[in-house]
Parts: sequence; C-alpha cells; structure tokens
Amino acid sequence: MRVIGHVAVNVFKESVRDKILYNLVVFAVLLISASYLIGELTAGQDVKIIKDLGLASISLFGLLIAIFIGIGLVWKEVEKRSIYTLLAKPMRRQEFLLGKYCGLALTLVINVAVMTLAFYAVLAYMQAETPDNIRAAWPAPATDPAMLKAVALIVLELLLVTAIALFFSTFSSPFLSAMLTMAVWVIGHFNQDLRDYGATISSPVAAAVARGVYYVVPNFAAFDVKLQAVHAQPIALRYLALTSLYGVIYVALVLLAAVIIFSRRDFK
Amino acid sequence: MKVHPLAWAALVALCAAVIGLQALQSREQPLGLPAGVSTNLLYVRSPGFARHAALSFHALAADLYWIRTVQHYGGTKLSTDVNKQYDILYPLLDLTTSLDPYFDVAYKFGSVFLAEEYPSGAGRPDQAIAILKKGLQAQPDKWELAQELGFVYYWWLADYDDAAMWFNRAADMTKAPDWLRPLAAVTLAQGGNRTSSRTLWTEIARSADADWLRDQATFRLKQLDAMDGIDFVESIVERYRARTGTLPSSWTDLIRAGFLRGVPPDPAGTPFVLDPSTGTVTLDPASSLNPLPNREHPL
Repeated sequence: MRVIGHVAVNVFKESVRDKILYNLVVFAVLLISASYLIGELTAGQDVKIIKDLGLASISLFGLLIAIFIGIGLVWKEVEKRSIYTLLAKPMRRQEFLLGKYCGLALTLVINVAVMTLAFYAVLAYMQAETPDNIRAAWPAPATDPAMLKAVALIVLELLLVTAIALFFSTFSSPFLSAMLTMAVWVIGHFNQDLRDYGATISSPVAAAVARGVYYVVPNFAAFDVKLQAVHAQPIALRYLALTSLYGVIYVALVLLAAVIIFSRRDFK
Repeated sequence: MKVHPLAWAALVALCAAVIGLQALQSREQPLGLPAGVSTNLLYVRSPGFARHAALSFHALAADLYWIRTVQHYGGTKLSTDVNKQYDILYPLLDLTTSLDPYFDVAYKFGSVFLAEEYPSGAGRPDQAIAILKKGLQAQPDKWELAQELGFVYYWWLADYDDAAMWFNRAADMTKAPDWLRPLAAVTLAQGGNRTSSRTLWTEIARSADADWLRDQATFRLKQLDAMDGIDFVESIVERYRARTGTLPSSWTDLIRAGFLRGVPPDPAGTPFVLDPSTGTVTLDPASSLNPLPNREHPL
C-alpha cells in the first residue's frame, strides 16, 4: 500500500507541475462570466442555467482530464524509458499501475472538490442577489445540497473513465487509447438503445448480441442525475447505492484486467 | 530564437487588416434571400436525435435551445419586417422540453409566446396547448401547467367550458391554490366577464416569476380598469342626457353641469375621448392601453 501511495503522490505532483489544475481557473472564469452575461438572455432562468452549466463543466473538465491524462500515465514512462528504472525498484507491476490510477483519481477528486466549492460560491452569490419573490418561485434553493448527489455520481463516472483509459493505455498508443476510451464513453450512453434493439430487428442472433453488449458495456447514462438534481426531483438512496456499487465493481474489474495485461507485457 | 521585429509588425498589420475588412464588409448590403424565405435555421429538429446527441449534457443542451427560443421570440417580436415569422418557435420549444422535461418555464412562457396574437406572438394557441399538454405528460401533478392550459382556452380561444375544466383539473392537483376552484366556477357560470378576468390576471400578477409576465398581467388589469372607467363615464353621460335631453358636446358640458371635476383620464393617464354624436366614451388612440378587449379580443 505504501508503494501505491508513493506512486500516487508523485502522479499528483506531476499533474500540478503540468499545470492540470489551471482548468480550475477556466472553470471559475466560465461560471462567473456566465452568471453575469446570461441574465439578459434567459428570461429569468439564470440560476437554473448556472446550475446546469456548473454541473456539466465539472463533468466535462473531469472527463477531459481523466481521458487525456489517463492515457499517458503508462505510455509516458514507456516512452521516456523510465519504466525500466521504476520496475527495477522493489515495486510490483500492479503496485505501479494502481499507484498511477490512485494518483490521477486523487487529482480528479481534488479538482472536482475545488470546482464544486467555486460552483456553490457563485450560486450563493446569485441567491443573495435575488429578490425574495423570485426566490420563492424556485423549486429549490440555489445552493441546494441535493446537487452533491449529482457531483458524487460524476466523481464515480470519472473514476470509471480513468480506469478505462488506463486499461487501454496498458497495451495501445495514446491516440488509440483516447479514441477507444471516448468510444466506450459514448456507447455507454446508448445502453438503453442496445437493450431495446431486439424489439426493432427480426434477427434473434443480432438481438442477443445487442443485449449481450448492453450488459458488458459500462452504463454511463446511469451516472447522470444532473437534470433531476437541478430540478430538485427525488433521487432515491437505493438508486444512488446501486449505481455506486455498480461503479465501484466496474472500476475494480477494469483495473484487474489492466493489471493482468500490464503484468504480462514485455518491455524488452 | 529571437523573433524578427518585422514579424511582429506584420502580425499587427495583418490583425488590423482583418478587423478593418470586417468593419468594411459589415457596411455592405447583405446578399439576402428572396422575400418570404425564412432565414430561421434549425439544424436539428428531431427531439430523439437531440437527446442522443447531447449524451449526458441534456440540461445544458436544453438551456442552449431555451436561450435560442428567447432570442428568436424577442428578435422576431421586435423586428419591423412585414413578413416576420415565428416558424421555428414551436420546434425550439419542443426540443427544449424534450431535452429537459422538467423545464417548467419553457412550457409556461413558451405557451405565452405561442398563443400571443400575431405579430406580437406566433398566434398559435393550438401549439400552446400542445406544449402544455406535453408538460403535463411529464409532470402530471403540476397545477401551474393545467392552469396555463385553462388560461389559453379562456383568453385566446374564448372556450369557457374547456377553460373551466382545466381550472378544475388544476384545482384537483396537490399544492393547488384555493382560488382555482372559484375561478373555475365563475368561468363556467359567467365565462368572459370582467370578474373572472380580473381574478385570473390578479393571480397571474401575484404569482408571476418573471418581470415581463407580471408587467403583462398589470397591463391587462389596467385595461380592465379602463373598461370599468369607460362604463362609469358613459353612465354619467347618460345621466346628463336624462337631465338635459341632449348629449354633451364636450367634456366641458359635463364639468359645467357638475357631473365631472375635470377631463377623466384612463388608468395610463391619457384622457378618455367622448364622441358627442353618440355619447360613447373610448380610449384615446394614443393611449398605451390600446387595443382594449372586444368581441375579437375577448376578456
């Protein structure tokens, strides 16, 4: 565990050195400028739109970091040939890989935490600036803590994307890894269609294949409760628990597959 | 490597040239399209496709379509083009509400944009009803949407039976306010009279969550006050005729006879106009309260 921790801390430090956290500035500028600009364009829907924009940005910035940093975690060490030095140390390959994963996961969690704080700060400001009669018409306060449920599922989704990016990076080039990760993420939003595919085609084999893919491909749509959170719609704890369990188990599965592939990889 | 000073100069010159040419081009007449051809473009019209393409960003995509809806409505309303069209208003609202089925304001304001008479709105109460019914499908217990439906039937279609039915349905929903049930009863019994209109607009003004909607309700209430004012002044004209046997030739006759202290103004502050040949009282054509509701524009 200590070795994993060391690698993770190094990955985090490296991401700070690589100015990854600069995205936080972009996020803050985006939210603050949007909160000033959109008031006139939205017929009084500025708070709703800031909520949507904030949650979507947290998700999108995290997604870009997860994919584009995730695919380089192993590849960079191989490209710089530092992998030989690293693996010559008293460190097992799985510890190296899991350390890399935990480092990026730490970066993402800190990123999301800071973005969430900035998000709530902007909303608190907007709430304070809004007259009581307008606030009375909102379905929930601007700083509704229920939105944290959506943030929690975004974090889980990002952890899964990171695991998938790391998995692909153990055996393919960064470009291909990015494409494959992106493809899995996109397909993961069409799961419902895959399940219902059988109803629209006559071939039972094709329907069975589609249904099989439905069960195997990660269901990313399940992690998206942003809409419900913004509109203060109920999100059952059972749903949150099931989705979280699904996410954790899927991450473990992908990481295990990545460890197996990485352990068998020949670096000569 | 040091950058040659000429390179910097060239960069600045090219920037200036691009900006200058753009400024020049903006003064040119646009190439334009033949009259009657809509310039309103909507690349995506299928709500199903939009939902798929938005991936996990449905709400944000809905917001973008909503901003475009507001811009389209506002821009068209303010346009002086005689052929102006609200032709993409309903598809935009359909996309917005398909991407975000809980976007209440898109249903509520959207129905107002659609139902308002052309050229102030699309003049399509049928589409306003369709968008509100879509909202009720997504949120069957949203009394505000049922009330809006009643309002469209009441104000734009003068269909008081259906209006009362929707007010009653709204009253049956959870969290519905107490005033809906009496409004339904009044609408059914005396649809189109000023009492029910006043109740409706007073509640809209009280509960409006946007300034422009509150302003519109206040405007309608002023119109109702103006109509009450006209009735009152016409009753005075009638009393004058009963006493003198002739109609007053101007406001001065009524003031001299002690019926009025001065020229009566409408609620917007513009004096009423007296027709000496018929004794009827109307709004001044310059009044901001024109046109008042009538048979074509019911209460």
